Amino acid sequence: MARIIVVTSGKGGVGKTTSAAAISTGLALKGNRTVVIDFDVGLRNLDLIMGCERRVVYDLVNVIQGEAGLNQALIRDKRTENLHILPASQTRDKEALTLEGVEQVLEKLSEDYDYIVCDSPAGIERGAQLAMYFADEAIVVTNPEVSSVRDSDRILGLLASRTRRAEQGQDPVVERLLITRYNPDRVDSGDMLNLDDIQEILAIKLIGLIPESEAVLRASNSGVPVTHDEQSDAGQAYLDTVDRLLGEEKPLRFHQFEKKGFLSRIFGGGRR
Amino acid sequence: MKLLDFLKRERKKSASVAKERLQIIVAHQRSQRDQPDYMPMLERELLEVIRRYVEVDQDAINISLDSEDDCSILELNVTLPNRS
Ligand SMILES: Nc1ncnc2c1ncn2[C@@H]1O[C@H](COP(=O)(O)OP(=O)(O)OP(=O)(O)O)[C@@H](O)[C@H]1O
Ligand SMILES: [Mg+2]
Repeated sequence: MARIIVVTSGKGGVGKTTSAAAISTGLALKGNRTVVIDFDVGLRNLDLIMGCERRVVYDLVNVIQGEAGLNQALIRDKRTENLHILPASQTRDKEALTLEGVEQVLEKLSEDYDYIVCDSPAGIERGAQLAMYFADEAIVVTNPEVSSVRDSDRILGLLASRTRRAEQGQDPVVERLLITRYNPDRVDSGDMLNLDDIQEILAIKLIGLIPESEAVLRASNSGVPVTHDEQSDAGQAYLDTVDRLLGEEKPLRFHQFEKKGFLSRIFGGGRR
Repeated sequence: MKLLDFLKRERKKSASVAKERLQIIVAHQRSQRDQPDYMPMLERELLEVIRRYVEVDQDAINISLDSEDDCSILELNVTLPNRS
């Protein structure tokens, strides 16, 4: 039986796709058979971030509508063993997904994989609800910013009521907080919500903290998930996050303001 | 020294303002979370009825549903303006 993890947020553009790509890559690097599914029908992007956009033939909608088999639609990741991508449709709309269809796809995938990572679309409408419905675990991606935190709370409400686990009275979906685009300098100067405040407000367990990082743009430019950039702060932060998902204890990193030395202040130099 | 203190105190750090605002919003959202879907509509219609008799503001009406063991209690608070 696979563990189904939804990466969700409510608010758009906070780093769901970046995180889904990085975390699924990390899970696979650790030897877990992993598939990552793009639920953003009509606005697919995961294929770009994973660097497989030219190999997309069939997609999730084709499979659900019976136009292609699951194995025809799954794309094997070139860099990472154990990792497959199931892209979203670019031309259809969200109505093309059905609850039954999604359930069947997830059930089939459950036989062959250890982890199924679902990259949710933004919003709290049908697309987002379908992505979360069958989840065992939710990674709630939040930026240190008021509208993102408020939306995350809305998503927590949906996770507690509009999921299979909630509706069938099973154990609730495990909720985990992933703070992304964190800037310790701005937190230190009092212009950005700090991680304790966000945790206190949302009252769920922190699974990771990803700093604002130049490495993320570099990664998406080249279509290589940032997890492969092991030298980078964001890459290491995602690897830590994956270790925690797998049950390891890892101390938090990259959350403290480092006073810049004389030289780096002169030569600038952002975070790498 | 005085001037420095003044500059420092000059504006409240925006992050702590953000935190205070969020605490209020989230508490409100959570209080609505377990309510049945008809509550907002019920609230609007009740307001309409009251307005037929008294002129009250949108936020003069406060309605909440509490569940106890085997029954639910609908609590309705309406603040009426002073008669003048
Ligand atoms: N840690 C980070 N540091 C810097 N930039 C980041 C970070 N995380 C995400 N970004 C940038 O933020 C933008 C949005 O990221 P992403 O596409 O992952 O968000 P999303 O939540 O999936 O968006 P959508 O809601 O549209 O699906 C991208 O340009 C990405 O490069
Ligand atoms: Mg996305």
